[in-house]
Amino acid sequence: MSAAGTTVEVRDLCVALDRRPVLAGVGLSASGGEWLAVVGPNGAGKSTLLRAMMGLLESEGEVLVGGVPARTLKPRRRARLMAYAPQTPLMPASLTVFEYTLLGRTPYISHLGRESRHDREVTGAVLERLDLAELAGRTLGRLSGGERQRVVLARALVQQAPVLLLDEPTTALDLGHQQQVLELVDRLRLADGLTVVTTIHDLGLAGQYADSMLLIADGRTVASGPVREVLTEPLLARHFGARVRVTEDPTGRPLVNLIRPTPPV
Amino acid sequence: MALAVALAVLLVCVLAGLMTGAAGIPAKGVVLELADLLPFVSVDSGLSPVEQGLLYQLRMPRVVLAAIVGGLLALAGAGYQGVFRNPLADPYLLGAAAGAGFTATLVIVLVQADGLVPLAAFAGAVGGVMLAYGLGNTAGRGGGTATLVLAGVAVASFLSALQAFVQQIRVEQLQRIYAWILGGIGGDWSQVWLIAPYALVSIGVMLAHGRLLDVLSVGDDEATSLGVSAARVRLVILCAASLATASAVAVSGLIGFVGIVVPHIARRLAGGSYRVVLPLSLIGGAAFLVLADMVARTVLAPAELPIGVVTAFIGAPFFVGVLRATRAVEP
Repeated sequence: MSAAGTTVEVRDLCVALDRRPVLAGVGLSASGGEWLAVVGPNGAGKSTLLRAMMGLLESEGEVLVGGVPARTLKPRRRARLMAYAPQTPLMPASLTVFEYTLLGRTPYISHLGRESRHDREVTGAVLERLDLAELAGRTLGRLSGGERQRVVLARALVQQAPVLLLDEPTTALDLGHQQQVLELVDRLRLADGLTVVTTIHDLGLAGQYADSMLLIADGRTVASGPVREVLTEPLLARHFGARVRVTEDPTGRPLVNLIRPTPPV
Repeated sequence: MALAVALAVLLVCVLAGLMTGAAGIPAKGVVLELADLLPFVSVDSGLSPVEQGLLYQLRMPRVVLAAIVGGLLALAGAGYQGVFRNPLADPYLLGAAAGAGFTATLVIVLVQADGLVPLAAFAGAVGGVMLAYGLGNTAGRGGGTATLVLAGVAVASFLSALQAFVQQIRVEQLQRIYAWILGGIGGDWSQVWLIAPYALVSIGVMLAHGRLLDVLSVGDDEATSLGVSAARVRLVILCAASLATASAVAVSGLIGFVGIVVPHIARRLAGGSYRVVLPLSLIGGAAFLVLADMVARTVLAPAELPIGVVTAFIGAPFFVGVLRATRAVEP
């Protein structure tokens, strides 16, 4: 198992797509075992931030994993430290759940090599843990939305990386499945000491699960810190253009409610 | 399991291919003659020297060549489909056919030396793909596959236009050009030796990359996040697949549909992992073309049908069937 409690730090990250700046000097810091949610209005650069952290985009600035600059790591080495699940993963319809999940072991397999018995065992154990063992032989084309999201998570987990980057893990899921997936992530995080960075557009969900939060708008950091300091009525009004009421639930976590600007007649 | 069945099917096809032909060589004699080739077995086949000559110098190289060409085309097709994540990609997608067609026509029309046609076709196929790849990579950012396909379309239509122009200069050569384009397995051992080295290299490289093609199939971003350079894998597969296509085209002209139809059957029978699809396509393609060639030379015997006509005749309806059946599930 990889070292739990690995920190992630991003300093002054800048990304330009088609010469247009998309991220301008964004920074974040998540300590080991922490859940950091990246929130912001559509087009703020949330997904770009995760992709740049993973080295999928050209960027300036620094990404440190466990204190080591990610840029200096060999691709396979970096893949053992950080796992990434995109917002809309490609899932070839005719691959089985087991075959797909096993691909997550790639960073441990030599370039033209084959996976070892250990790789298969790790994959089997992860599927077991996510209640997917019974689906192992099923093809991806025949999964429901919730099952697909769990399978993507399984693929990221067999990477055994201490840092998990999840881009909108709850998109396209209904309420119950959103909760199920986030509970699952939280359980795994607490059990394995994973550091989790998610983009998430549902502020209510983000407030319930994240430890800390980064709010970006127009490619810049506008607020960061503990969830209660970021999910405030003035900040959400200014950057989302939304009228909301933020209250606290019994555990002290913020609840975000939309308010209609003009009350219904 | 699927591989064992495919090998058995290939064996049957090869035997059938060796037994049938214009000259009636007794089937039993063929079997005994083959058994005689096995180590530690010595039997008298009862074939006359003339029949033996026919078997070894005409039928056998032809069957072997059909098997190699079919295997290469199907393997290349599977590779292209993996690289482009598109089940409809075929080995000629990036201008290999048009390139080979142009240079082969050039040689037939201008040089009129049949011996040079394979080399010209080989060079043309490789050149066409290189042109498309070069264009696709300079036109688009970061080697996206869509740009590459569009570059292939542009290169193919340009080279086809050139070919049409050249062939109109010498209309009297039209029949020979046409015969080449429709494809045919010539079949003497020299052609087998001509492409064997390229065939071996491309087959070796492709089969070694099955797992990495699976990684590629989940997307460039995820491949990269798993520590695999998608661009590099794509380039290696494209090179190997194009080498396979060029070798096949060099000795057989343009044979369509094998590259699409066979990988499809493989995928339906054995699932989507390229670690199975690639070897199964290789074996299945070999069996399919041996069979198609047998049909091509027996249906109108002693005249021959162009093999491209046979594969398309079987391939086109099958293709429609596949499209109808997979409308809902393909990636």
